[in-house]
Amino acid sequence: MEKAILGKKVGMTQIFDEEGKAVPVTIIQSGKNVVVQKKTEAIDGYNALQIGFEDIKEKRANKPLKGHFKKAQLKPMRYLVEFKLENIDKYDVGQEINIDVFKPGDKVDISGKSKGKGFTGPIKRWKFRRGPKSHGSKYHRGVGSLGATDPARVFKGRKMAGRMGGVRVTVQGLEVVKVYPERDMLLIKGSVPGVRNGLLEIRESKK
Amino acid sequence: MDPIKSVEMSYSRKDLPTFAPGDTVKVNVKVIEGGKERIQAFQGIVIRKRGSGLNQTFTVRRISYGVGVERTFMVNSPKIHSIEVIRKGKVRRSRLYYLRDRIGKAARIKEKR
Repeated sequence: MEKAILGKKVGMTQIFDEEGKAVPVTIIQSGKNVVVQKKTEAIDGYNALQIGFEDIKEKRANKPLKGHFKKAQLKPMRYLVEFKLENIDKYDVGQEINIDVFKPGDKVDISGKSKGKGFTGPIKRWKFRRGPKSHGSKYHRGVGSLGATDPARVFKGRKMAGRMGGVRVTVQGLEVVKVYPERDMLLIKGSVPGVRNGLLEIRESKK
Repeated sequence: MDPIKSVEMSYSRKDLPTFAPGDTVKVNVKVIEGGKERIQAFQGIVIRKRGSGLNQTFTVRRISYGVGVERTFMVNSPKIHSIEVIRKGKVRRSRLYYLRDRIGKAARIKEKR
């Protein structure tokens, strides 16, 4: 992985390509991405870049955070995310990473926090099949059997109803359709995880 | 400015005339055939307009060799070369699906003056 950047989901729309076909796109708004810290093999045991995104007021940061940013001689920022890049030598602390590292046609992996669905049943959460709705059926959307009777207990990891969503999700191999360097905007083909205004990590695709 | 709107603005077409359901229009469509681009016309009555923004589409109905043909176009599609409004129709609803059940004289629409 060579390239990575942080951004926020704006929403979806569609555009037309050269052939006149409608392409569904997600708009991602990026901005000032600054290298806050360089983690090196010698000191930290691995190579990584810590990137800060979106400025906040000085008084919003607590003392440890202020100290951390002071070390890099930067203003406090809302998000700090680490990326394990193969080659971190070309980056310095305080250097800005621009959106134009990505070009149209690039494949990217995008991570974000998925939309919270609340407490959901097993059909929505685990794609269980439902029972018949009528003809005397009393079994509609339940969990069904929880296992055999012999162990006299339920094995760990049994798929049941519960909280769904609100977890980190990565979508691989998404295509960059268009880049607006002057507005720090990115158009990605298809959908990306999370709510509008949610933080997204955009990385060069693994595959 | 809202980023979604600004992206949509840059793709929306402002060179096309306004038209409404009931109008007779001639849609000149760009067709790529054997590596060459030519323009093909499709003339008929607009029976529906739906959607908003870049998602807007309209459906044109015509009778071709005795068979009803309906084609749906995206309003902002670059495939549309031009649209000519030939006749303004006077209709009382926005979806003219009733034309599908009518043929000949019964399928006429009064002209708007």
